[in-house]
Amino acid sequence: MEKKIRILIGKPGLDGHDRGAKVIAAALRDAGFEVIYTGLHQLSESIVEAAIQEDVDIVGLSILSGAHMTIFPKILKLLKQKNAEHIIVIGGGIIPEEDIKKLIQMGVKRIFTPGAPTNEIVDYINSIIH
Amino acid sequence: MELLQRFLKGEKPAIARVITKIENGTDPKLLEDIFPHTGNAYYIGITGPPGAGKSSLVNAMVPKLLENNKKVGIIAVDPTSPFSGGALLGDRIRMNDLALNENVFIRSMATRGSLGGLASKTKDVALVLDAAGFDYVLIETVGVGQVELDIAQVCDTTVVTLVPESGDAIQAMKAGILEVADILVVNKGDRTGADRLIMEMKFAFELRVHNSDWHYPILKTTAIENIGIDELVSTIKSHKEYLEKSGKLETERKNKLVIRVNELIEEKIKTHLHEYVIDQKQLKKMIDKAYERKITPHYIIDEIAKKIF
Repeated sequence: MEKKIRILIGKPGLDGHDRGAKVIAAALRDAGFEVIYTGLHQLSESIVEAAIQEDVDIVGLSILSGAHMTIFPKILKLLKQKNAEHIIVIGGGIIPEEDIKKLIQMGVKRIFTPGAPTNEIVDYINSIIH
Repeated sequence: MELLQRFLKGEKPAIARVITKIENGTDPKLLEDIFPHTGNAYYIGITGPPGAGKSSLVNAMVPKLLENNKKVGIIAVDPTSPFSGGALLGDRIRMNDLALNENVFIRSMATRGSLGGLASKTKDVALVLDAAGFDYVLIETVGVGQVELDIAQVCDTTVVTLVPESGDAIQAMKAGILEVADILVVNKGDRTGADRLIMEMKFAFELRVHNSDWHYPILKTTAIENIGIDELVSTIKSHKEYLEKSGKLETERKNKLVIRVNELIEEKIKTHLHEYVIDQKQLKKMIDKAYERKITPHYIIDEIAKKIF
């Protein structure tokens, strides 16, 4: 059987707006990926634990709350602690340009901002996994 | 350290990786390595229509099963799209209470084309969790209708979950899903119609020909409020005890092995047929002839069969 790309879509923290995450989850499903959606209000710890147990290739975090400079580093740190640095972290949300640069330096692979076409995200994922 | 060693020590990343390898079929020898370590877990299946509350029921039941230092492995199956090949696996959303418990392991699986309510590899992944030392392996099927009965071929106890909106007793008297229930649960028990459904189900169950002395309990739960969960878990445990004391656990597990072996033989034969026996070009020519009504589909089969028998 062919290997399927597995992606966890997570909504960390207190941000309750999950329309974006759902749109992305549906687009990735339609692109043939296996998408694990863990729902709203997740602890960073739960997201990392789920990513490990589900053996995903990618974790995609949707953050619209402004807490991105706290949450992304925490997720990266937890993945490292658990020897799961092979899992690629990407993100999406309302995130300023200068923060994106810092996040990329920290080890987030890519950030998508509002208006990014879903097929661009799909193509990107295919290009980094294959 | 080698993957298998880390796996046998119960390290979760290693368990996760072994599951991936088994699911993708990339390392056939792995199953041989772990098989001797299986046979110790008790398998519980949760099935029922979409939205019946299967995941919520699992979320509520597991803390009870964890008592006395037990460990629980969960496989949650959701459907793969036949159109895109992708899947949205959303059972974890309802299992948030369990996400960080160190004695719990949750794995979501997509059906990848299988139609019986489980993925074709679910049985093997259940063995992985068994070998990893989980005392209970809980398997939650996709939302099912009437004929998706694979779950009963894996689990020692099968719990069928219905809701007041599921239909009346006539649905229950049809062949199918209720025939595999060891325990029937009417979830969302606070809704109108729950008691009536329970009455009707009791009647329908009485009409069944019982070929065992298990009493087929019907329970009422409200999973998200934790109502009826203690009784459900203790009923599962008494079913386990019943199977053990009557000797049925052994006979039924042997039956399941027979079913599994037959399945694997059929799979092997199918693959062999498609890879080595059926000549696709020749088949296409014959299909054209069949389309023109010059030969029958049965004639084609006989032609192919000649190569084997």
